[in-house]
Amino acid sequence: MAEKRLRILVAKPGLDGHDRGAKIIARALRDGGFEVIYTGLHQTPEMIAEAAVQEDVDAVGLSILSGAHMTLFPEVMRLLKERGAGDIAVFGGGIIPEDDAKKLREAGVKEVFTPGASTEDIVKWLRESVQPRE
Amino acid sequence: MSTKQQWLDRTYKKGQERPVRFSTVSDLEIEPLYTPEDVEVGREGVSVSSVHDMARLFDRIPLDKVSTSMTINCSASVLLAMYLVVAERQNVPWHKVAGTIQNDMLKEFIAQKEWISPPRPSIRIVTDMIEFCARKVPRWHPVSISGYHIREAGSTAVQELAFTIADGICYVEEGVKRGLNVDDFAPRLSFFWDLHNDFLEEIAKLRAARRMWARIMRERFGAQNPRSMMLRTHAQTAGVSLTAQQPVNNVVRVAIQALAGVLGGVQSLHTNSMDETLALPTENAVMVALRTQQLIAEETGVTNTIDPFGGSYAVEALTDRMERDAMDYIRRIDEMGGMVKAIETGYPQREIAEAAFTYQRQLEQGIKTVVGVNKYTIPEEIKIETLKIDPAMEEMQIQRVRKMKRERNSVATREALARVAEACRSGENLMEPICEAVRRDGTVGEICDVFRAEFGIYTDPGWI
Repeated sequence: MAEKRLRILVAKPGLDGHDRGAKIIARALRDGGFEVIYTGLHQTPEMIAEAAVQEDVDAVGLSILSGAHMTLFPEVMRLLKERGAGDIAVFGGGIIPEDDAKKLREAGVKEVFTPGASTEDIVKWLRESVQPRE
Repeated sequence: MSTKQQWLDRTYKKGQERPVRFSTVSDLEIEPLYTPEDVEVGREGVSVSSVHDMARLFDRIPLDKVSTSMTINCSASVLLAMYLVVAERQNVPWHKVAGTIQNDMLKEFIAQKEWISPPRPSIRIVTDMIEFCARKVPRWHPVSISGYHIREAGSTAVQELAFTIADGICYVEEGVKRGLNVDDFAPRLSFFWDLHNDFLEEIAKLRAARRMWARIMRERFGAQNPRSMMLRTHAQTAGVSLTAQQPVNNVVRVAIQALAGVLGGVQSLHTNSMDETLALPTENAVMVALRTQQLIAEETGVTNTIDPFGGSYAVEALTDRMERDAMDYIRRIDEMGGMVKAIETGYPQREIAEAAFTYQRQLEQGIKTVVGVNKYTIPEEIKIETLKIDPAMEEMQIQRVRKMKRERNSVATREALARVAEACRSGENLMEPICEAVRRDGTVGEICDVFRAEFGIYTDPGWI
């Protein structure tokens, strides 16, 4: 029986145009065998949560380089819950200090990748840690 | 001492050009007044909302005695108008005002990605500025055609060369379509390149760029004035090449990159600070970066010879090859119908994303080396500090804009904004109406709202 492929939304919130990382991750996840949807730049948390529900994804990956990670991660998770999609795994990466990454993991962010994480590590982690939603 | 006083003391005395980097909020034209709670006001630069902010920024600076470089793009027309109105109020005639404004919207769509309206109206505004400056502000450089952001987004050196020259071609074509004589505006076009690690390749890139531009201006556009054919350029060392690991190694990277720039013949140079991957640079790191330039200029003797690599078999061959490969890209873009068409189909964006992905793979497989990152690593604790901006600053700017709006003659403001809208529709040059809106206390946000209403808002197609 063919295993269901994970559907992943790669999302880029914020005003900045730093999409190099998000695009590399999107490409690597696609090459790694996942179905990938990339939102494009300048997304609000509402747009991201809405897209995640509409696209029926299993996980949302946020790329945040603006320093606003401590507000954006919880906000996206809150909006997903509000839409009855609190079981969608939220993970992400960017310029995120380790102290903040720890707090975010405690707050329910499934994983936070910091600079230096390889695309292979991220693909491997998704395969091992994220299950298709029921 | 205020930051501004320090800035004045540091730069004014040295006789350097005064660079002003505006904040993202100025760049995206979201007014501090009606922003969502977590919008960044004044995080990356100065927040300028009205002509009064600009006047405060240049208080006690005589605008006929200085040259100002403004790093601003999608609201460049408004910021230039504000600068010109400040000059007016200092009784400085526009023909004495000198400086550079980045204003390269093509590279925004290709790489840096800060925009308001779609490519076509954005390029129309840039062309309005080129035309207006050629006629009214002849000492101003209305566009700095930038490869820097293209390279930082992950392009190869050849792509940086090709897309930047193709952007230049597009601006010249637009100017000529307006009925301008190419020699009346081409001498005021300048460039901005990245300086990366591959030493000989960077030298060859700059040599190829100069040769290509001269040939294109002469043969394709029939330029007669040698100044139209000259590629005058600023360059900056590659921020993207610097590492958080073993950060002192960055001093070496910057020195090698800067040396490539000097040997390649750039007119102006910015050297990055070794600690900028960690936080805003410290005083000490800034000084080392400056000393790097002074060392190259005054100790090494490399500035005594023009094009010292001319005749080197390796550099000449590399220059030829890069020119050939870049011209292939330019031909492909011409076949698509020019750079705006190419951008609309996502061509340069995809090419860059592909190059960035390939590079990342090569790093992970150890095919490419970054010292201290994927080779020669040491156990170290990397502390990333983030700069905390006092929220009171943000509040102060919001209050200032509020007060100004309460006190201005809003009927006059609205009339002037309506004139900008009319010019958007009629195709008349936008700069005079924008200057008038600025004189009537129209804000960056309000004028850009007019652009949004008349030209629409561009959303990222999210090509991968």
